[in-house]
Amino acid sequence: MKFLEESLIALDVDIDTPEGAIRETGKLLSASHLVEESYVDAMVKSFNENGPYFVLAPNIALPHARPEDGVHEAAVSFVRLKNPVKFGHASNDPVQLVFGLGASSSDEHLTVLQRLMGLLGNPDNVEKLLHVKTHEEINQMIGGN
Amino acid sequence: MKILCVCGLGQGTSLILRINVETVLRQLGVQADVENTDVSSASSENPDLIVTSNELAQSLEGHASKIVIVNNYFDTNEIKTALEEHFNN
Repeated sequence: MKFLEESLIALDVDIDTPEGAIRETGKLLSASHLVEESYVDAMVKSFNENGPYFVLAPNIALPHARPEDGVHEAAVSFVRLKNPVKFGHASNDPVQLVFGLGASSSDEHLTVLQRLMGLLGNPDNVEKLLHVKTHEEINQMIGGN
Repeated sequence: MKILCVCGLGQGTSLILRINVETVLRQLGVQADVENTDVSSASSENPDLIVTSNELAQSLEGHASKIVIVNNYFDTNEIKTALEEHFNN
């Protein structure tokens, strides 16, 4: 399980489309060999087919695909966009915090989701994520890896 | 009672929703069988209640089950209010 490790985080990325933002979170996962490149394509395909339902809360998106699309290990990456981007969600747009989920079929899948919920379920943490400057600050919020 | 939490793929988003729905049901003292699935499988199921986002609720229009819409999946207060509204009606 890899949860918001330094190599999986990119802050203030200058991208202005939902597809670009989704690909960026996927690229962080594939560069660390946690998912196949086919998985990144599947993340974009899911957005094109099912719409922006994965914009789970105001400002927060969780793009992902299926384990069978090519996941090696349960993981979450994080891209903070330099400027908020509209995903087309009726109530939660625009989005600045994008978490790429490598959805695994193992028990770790539930564990990474619970860790993510622990982090994002607290509005103070969401506010902090908009302003953190380093990975260390994020690491403190998630209690280390 | 059977409750189905629905997202596009039935993998991530609906599981988050399910965990929070289960938490809220415990708080409300409501016994229910909660499952999560994707939107196309949901069309052929017949739960008492479907919990999903506004986006996907539109794809489920005409479904026999009552649909409850949640906008913020991390906000258990919103989920609680939405479910209470359903149970009290």
